[in-house]
Amino acid sequence: MRDDSHARQPDLTRRAFLSTTGASAAAVAIAGCAPAAHPTAERGAPGAVAGGPTIEGAVPVTLRINGKEHRLQVDPRTTLLDCLREVVTLTGTKKGCDHGQCGACTVHVNGRRVNSCLSLALMHDGAEITTIEGLGTPDALHPMQAAFVAFDGYQCGYCTSGQIMSAVALLKEPCGPDDADVKELMSGNICRCGAYPNIVAAIQQVRRGA
Amino acid sequence: MHTFEFIRPDDAAAAVRVAAQTKTAQQGADVRFLAGGTTLLDLMKLNVETPARLVDINRLPFAQVEATPDGGLKIGATVRNSDLAHHPTVRRDYPVLSQAILAGASAQLRNMATTAGNLLQRTRCMYFRDTAMPCNKREPGTGCPAITGSNRTLAVLGTSENCIATNPSDMNVAMAALEATVHVQGPKGSRAVPIGAFHLLPGRTPQRETVLEPGDLITHVTLPPPIAGSKQVYLKLRDRASYEFALASAAVVITVAGGTVTWARVALGGVGTKPWRSPEAEAALVGQMANATHFRNAAEAALRDAKPQSENAFKIELAKRCLTHALQTAAMS
Repeated sequence: MRDDSHARQPDLTRRAFLSTTGASAAAVAIAGCAPAAHPTAERGAPGAVAGGPTIEGAVPVTLRINGKEHRLQVDPRTTLLDCLREVVTLTGTKKGCDHGQCGACTVHVNGRRVNSCLSLALMHDGAEITTIEGLGTPDALHPMQAAFVAFDGYQCGYCTSGQIMSAVALLKEPCGPDDADVKELMSGNICRCGAYPNIVAAIQQVRRGA
Repeated sequence: MHTFEFIRPDDAAAAVRVAAQTKTAQQGADVRFLAGGTTLLDLMKLNVETPARLVDINRLPFAQVEATPDGGLKIGATVRNSDLAHHPTVRRDYPVLSQAILAGASAQLRNMATTAGNLLQRTRCMYFRDTAMPCNKREPGTGCPAITGSNRTLAVLGTSENCIATNPSDMNVAMAALEATVHVQGPKGSRAVPIGAFHLLPGRTPQRETVLEPGDLITHVTLPPPIAGSKQVYLKLRDRASYEFALASAAVVITVAGGTVTWARVALGGVGTKPWRSPEAEAALVGQMANATHFRNAAEAALRDAKPQSENAFKIELAKRCLTHALQTAAMS
C-alpha cells in the first residue's frame, strides 16, 4: 500500500534530500537556502556565498530575477545559468550541453528568450530575468505550463523548463500559424525523450487560446 | 575556463584603447570584444579562446538600424540577429538577409548574436574546437588533421594545404551578395572595408581570418541602396531541417527583364573558407536567358575551382544544385 503521508511530506524535496545526505557541510548550508525566502542581497561579506568560501576576484552584479532584486558577487566567469542555479539557487533552469546546443537553459532576459549558458551574468547587470520559477506557481500555473501537463509534453522532464520558457517567448514573436512554424521556432530546444508532437500540440493550444 | 578581467568601457574610443594593447588581431587575441557571446563564450569554455581581458561592448551605442542618406541601410554592430531579420526595411528591401539570418542557429541564439559577432563567427571544424588536436588555425604550425581526417562538412573552395575550415555563417553569405561594407574604428581612425575584402583566405596564415588589426572595433555595417525590382533568395541545405550549419547554401540577388538576367549577385555558404562571392557565376548569368540551362552553367562556373577532400566531394554537386535551385526560385518569384 502506498504511503501517501511520506510522498506528500512538503519539506522534503529531492534536491534537499540529496544534498543533506552528502558529506559536504557547504552543500548542506546552500541547500538550506530556500531561494525565494532568502534574498542573496542579505548575504554576508562581498565575495562570499552564504556558507561557502570567499570568491577571489569576485565582482558585483545586480539582477532582477522574477521580480526580485538580487545584489550578487560573482566570479567574472560565472554564466547566467550557473549564477541562477548555484548562486541564487533557482534550480528550475537546467544545464544540458552548456554550449548553446540544447536549449535546456533557456530563460528570458528583458522579455526575450536566450541561452543562459552562453551568457555571462555580468553582461546582464540591471536586467530583468525570468526563470521557470517566475512563470507560475503549483496552484496557479501559467497557461503554457498547464498545457504541457494537459498534453503530456514531456517524459523525463529535464528539458521541460527550457521548452516552456521558449514556448512562452514564442507567443510574442513573429510565428506563422502552422505546426511547422512552431517546430522551426522551437528547434533550439532538444528533447531526448522525443516528446515533440505533444510539445507542439500544447503550444498550439495556448496560441489558439483554446 | 581561464579567468579574465571584465571591462565595460564608456565609449568606443575607450574600447579601442584597451583592445589596441593586444599583439594580435581580434580572433584568438588576448583582449576580446564581447557582444552576444554565443561564439566567444562557447570557445572559452573549450579553452580554444583564452582572452585575458573581455571588453563588453553591449552598452555602446551600436544597436540601431537606420536609413543612410544615399538610400541604403546602416546596421549597428550590436544589433541582435533577430532584430535585424525582422526589421521591416530588411524584410522589404533586403529579404535575402532576413532569410539567411532566420536560417541560422535557433531563436534563442538569434536573440543574442550580433551583426559584428556574426561577421567574426569562427569555424565549426572539430579539430579547431578540440585542444587535444593539432590545428593550424588555433596553433599555427601544428598541422591540419582535417585534411586526412574527418572533413565531410569542411570547405571545397578557398582551401589551402594548411586549412580547409568552413566559414559557418549564413548572414555573411547574404552580406556578400548584398555587397555590404564593414565599418571599423581603430587606433589610427576609422575606415570602411568591402565585405569581399574583409575575410581572408587561409593560405599560409589560417589564424588570420579578417583584415582587422589590434584594437579595431567593428562599429556598423552598411548596405547599398536596394536594387529596384530585384528578386532575392537564400537557400540552405543541411543535415536536418533546422538548427544546423549549412552543407551548402546560396544567396542570390537578380533582376530579370524580358526573360533576360540583367543583374546578378551570387554568394555561396557552407562550401568556402570565407563567405564565397562568385563573380564567375554572375558573369555567366548576366545577359543570358533566365532558364535552367543558364542557371546550371552559372553553378558550374561557381564551382569550377572546387577542390574536394576525402569525405566532402558530394558538396560540389550539392552546391551546384543549391545555386541552380535558388536561381530558379528567385526567377519564378
